[in-house]
Amino acid sequence: MTHLIIFLFFGALCVAGAVNLLVQRHPINSALSLVVVMGSLAVEYLLLGAEFVAAVQVIVYAGAIMVLFVFVIMLLNAGEEERSKGSRVALLFGIPGMLIGSVLVGWVLIERTGSQTVAAGALPGAPRTIGWLLFHNFLLPFEVTSILVLIAIMGAVVLATHPDTDAGKKES
Amino acid sequence: MVPISYYLVLSGILFACGVTGFLIKRNIISIFMSIELMLNGVNLSFVAFAAQWHALSGQVFVFFVMVVAAAEAAVGLAIIIAVYRTRETLNIDQVDLLKL
Repeated sequence: MTHLIIFLFFGALCVAGAVNLLVQRHPINSALSLVVVMGSLAVEYLLLGAEFVAAVQVIVYAGAIMVLFVFVIMLLNAGEEERSKGSRVALLFGIPGMLIGSVLVGWVLIERTGSQTVAAGALPGAPRTIGWLLFHNFLLPFEVTSILVLIAIMGAVVLATHPDTDAGKKES
Repeated sequence: MVPISYYLVLSGILFACGVTGFLIKRNIISIFMSIELMLNGVNLSFVAFAAQWHALSGQVFVFFVMVVAAAEAAVGLAIIIAVYRTRETLNIDQVDLLKL
């Protein structure tokens, strides 16, 4: 019962943050509500027994990635976005279609898998087990991922560097 | 005890919010944040299924998704900076060089 209450509370927080991300016009408000979404998702991971994933979620997502986002928003001094005219057809068909689709998917999911339950801590998601898997069964993907990160670092440096190599020559 | 389907419904809601934001937002950074929201929704369903089938591979996969998302964020934000430097705008409607 306690699990259900915690799940519902943080699930509602999650959805509220996601909807707030859509509603806000200013990017910085959207970024901060995305931090709320990621933090409450970490609690959901803990409820599922995934301790390692919850820790990584807080450190990498809510920490590093969102700091990068907020940094870029403040660096570029992003203002409020202008409203643009939406398509009338999208409103006419999109909203009823989305409602029907979501109700259908939710109903099928709840009907088909309603009896299975998850107890917190039922699955050993401790960092030790994950690390063992990562360095035994998934060693090759892990190393490939490290190369990917290296390429991403170099790509970011190349893309973000000013075309004028002589940076002091040109202001702005 | 929480039914696994509740987690899947929550993940579906998050993914739908991400898709909606991707379509209606007009700021490049907001669109990028919507993509991160979609990735988070998918991660939640990965962890939920890992718990259901008692397979830890799902959690390892979430780890890989997070690494790729971090790399994507770094490159994407660099691209945004480059776009802002050349076009002086973050509005997606004004970045239409490839539009027919």
